[in-house]
Amino acid sequence: MARADEYLAWRTHLADLTDPQLEIRFWELVEQVVDPLIDLARTHTSPSIERSVLMRMGIDSLTCNAVVGEIDKRGLLGHGAGHVVLHCAQTWDVDVRIAAERLARGEGWEMVAAKWGDGYGV
Amino acid sequence: MASDARQGRRWGTAGELESERKIDLRQILDGIRYYRPRRRGWTWRTPVADQRIGPFTYRETSQGLRRSVPLPAAKYFGNIDPQPDCVITTEIASGRFEDDIRRMRMAAWHGADHIMVIRTAGQSHMDSLLEGTPEGVGGIAVTRKQVRATRKALDLIEDEVGRPINFHSYVSGVAGPEMAVMFAEEGVNGAHQDPQYNVLYRNINMVRSFVDAAVAKQVMAAATMAQIDGAHNANATAREAWKVMPELLVQHAINCAYSVKAGMPKESICLSTVPPDASPAPSVRMDLPYAVALRDLFGEYKMRAQQNTRYIESCGREATVNHVLNMLVSRLTTADIQSTITPDEGRNVPWHYNNVHACNTARQTLVGLDGLREVVKVDRDAPELRDKVREIKERAVLFLEGMIRDGGYFAAVEQGYFVDSGCYPETNDDGIFRKIDGGVGAGTVVERADDYLAPVCHHFGVNHLPEGLLERPCDLIGGCTLCDEELVPFIDELDPEDNVNVRLQRTAELREKGLIKPEVEWAGDGFVVVTMFLPAAERVAEFAALELAKAMNLEEPEVIHKQVMHPAEGTLLEVRGRLEATVDPKTLVIPEETHLVSEDDICTFVKRYGLKCVAATVGNDEHSVGMREIIDIKHGGIEKYGIVCVYLGTSVPVEKLLDAAIEHAADVVLLSTVITHGEVHRQNMEKIADLAAEKGVRDKLLLISGGTQVTYELARSWGMDAGFGRGTKGHQVASFMVEALRARRGEGEGAAAT
Repeated sequence: MARADEYLAWRTHLADLTDPQLEIRFWELVEQVVDPLIDLARTHTSPSIERSVLMRMGIDSLTCNAVVGEIDKRGLLGHGAGHVVLHCAQTWDVDVRIAAERLARGEGWEMVAAKWGDGYGV
Repeated sequence: MASDARQGRRWGTAGELESERKIDLRQILDGIRYYRPRRRGWTWRTPVADQRIGPFTYRETSQGLRRSVPLPAAKYFGNIDPQPDCVITTEIASGRFEDDIRRMRMAAWHGADHIMVIRTAGQSHMDSLLEGTPEGVGGIAVTRKQVRATRKALDLIEDEVGRPINFHSYVSGVAGPEMAVMFAEEGVNGAHQDPQYNVLYRNINMVRSFVDAAVAKQVMAAATMAQIDGAHNANATAREAWKVMPELLVQHAINCAYSVKAGMPKESICLSTVPPDASPAPSVRMDLPYAVALRDLFGEYKMRAQQNTRYIESCGREATVNHVLNMLVSRLTTADIQSTITPDEGRNVPWHYNNVHACNTARQTLVGLDGLREVVKVDRDAPELRDKVREIKERAVLFLEGMIRDGGYFAAVEQGYFVDSGCYPETNDDGIFRKIDGGVGAGTVVERADDYLAPVCHHFGVNHLPEGLLERPCDLIGGCTLCDEELVPFIDELDPEDNVNVRLQRTAELREKGLIKPEVEWAGDGFVVVTMFLPAAERVAEFAALELAKAMNLEEPEVIHKQVMHPAEGTLLEVRGRLEATVDPKTLVIPEETHLVSEDDICTFVKRYGLKCVAATVGNDEHSVGMREIIDIKHGGIEKYGIVCVYLGTSVPVEKLLDAAIEHAADVVLLSTVITHGEVHRQNMEKIADLAAEKGVRDKLLLISGGTQVTYELARSWGMDAGFGRGTKGHQVASFMVEALRARRGEGEGAAAT
């Protein structure tokens, strides 16, 4: 909705603030805007975030795509892709990178389902 | 480089790069699988207080370079090359990293130490990393191999110039966290990261953007990368850019506060700030209050001063002037990074030499304005500035209050708060509207479960690591790539056609045979620009120019700039076209290079021994312009070295000229003549040489002739000591005199050929 410049009418409550008070108010408001956003980030994840976890585990990008894609399809992303790979690696007693390769080839998903179900109810 | 060669300067070797050789792309690509970055994180320049460079003392410079090409006018100041205190950025976007590398080297020699690689359009919507070396449009596909090869080249280049080079790209799009990890692993030093950019300009889902951003930012922080935000895009997009100032403060603040909460230290967070106006607006007066308000509010953060692109047109001169005015604002306030925009950005993807021009505009301006604040201060108490600064801050506060009242950030974006061309609280309802459940990547974010686990380091957010047992989260898996670089994987080419090897093969002949072909972006692209003035009205001139370009054998001619000089009298045009021609340097006959005696040495010689000339235009010739150019101090002639010149005038008989030389005990006779059909010019030269011999003064006098068509060889064959043709400068003539007289005194190596 278009609105004329009502600055002078809107600013009356700011008029008596000193410059430092105005700057403090600015940053307090910024905090109010940002806090719910960072809380959302703290408690949520995404396919890219989970691929970035697998990357940090030393897994190449093609394998990351395959494994996270399958985890996402099964609705298990909320447990953490790294968690899924780690669980398989421990069960198989192999390195996490080997576990990820096997998962990318389609192996081991029954193990994943046994622990977390096959999805759709995170 | 000619001026450096004249100074006898020679480039040595640096690391594995030899400064007189081209960078070897094969050497860069060899063993790339095993190349690891030497360092991580951002590097600022090292300031040097009150630095003495040449005859000057600078207030705002940093440590100098080992190798560089100084500014053209540096030859008057002993070839000094003062480096400003702030980092200088150049943006490179040709789409082929193998060609970009060569341009980076050129830019580094002109003072760039922040190389920003633009990412190809479209990659931001790819929900994963790319691999290999595919070609991009308007930027490269940012892949591990491209990044690693570029970092390797920059490592060589920074050794060559003697200053660390910050490598920079984008942690944006739907694969932000992965980009951040790859950059951290590969030694990328800085990146753009701002979830608002994704939301507003890439239409990526807002929830996804913010959730991803927190993870990306923490990874960037782990690698001590510098972050640049995306707020400047608002004034590159809004219809009336100067009206978005309140919103810009809000955008900067949201990204700053969000970054801090994601774990990034404030000193790594840079605001991308652009003076929003351009002349013919009274831009500096309008931009200063904004710049001041910004620095008041964000004093703990770093300022990356970008240049205005909103009003850039095809005129490189106009763009450059606005950029200089932008840097005046930088110097009147502060800038930690001075970014540059190439002066051709208004007409095409930047070309090699325009990156160099842009760096030089920054270097020249910042050094020229060095210490400005010692003598000129922004008057904070001036009513106009004080009130404007306050108003911008208040409007930003009102903007934030409105957002909170209307339901917070996501709701505000849904209501079109951002990039509205009204100056808040004014709105024009022309902002960017996005839906919380819309955009690329909508619906992909999921809540972390009660057992969510990520067994890696520097991971933002809820993470249910086993208690007590671990020093680092990655101990669970025996290390992660951020702690152990040996774990970083490498994927080579996936596409058999679209890759660097195939591209290099296409231009292999040029490199192997050393053929020379013009280029602006890519090896062998063949593009040249012709500047022409046509005495015709704009539209007629445009089509005439295309015809003329065809007559010059330019393929695909295109008018890239036109400017009315007068509606009827004429138009200036720049025409681009492809020239499908090569030159084999082995076939060139290149005359020996002239070595000039330096101006200081000429002065020293003249002071010590004195040097007197008698000069005249001989025969029936009333021309005096050429001689005046050579003699007059006003024209940069030889008088400026202290050489005494007795000018006898025009149409002087050679007998009279020689008698005058004897009478004045001159060292040199300067004889000006036009070439005539009757060979009078030849006869005059031979005659004065014979007369001088007859009178026994030939050995005491240097006989020098000049004229538009005189050549050294002709003059020598007619008895002169030298001859000079069209375009000769006083310095050349004086240099010859000094060398010849030194030789006669047994001091030098003999008269140099000219």
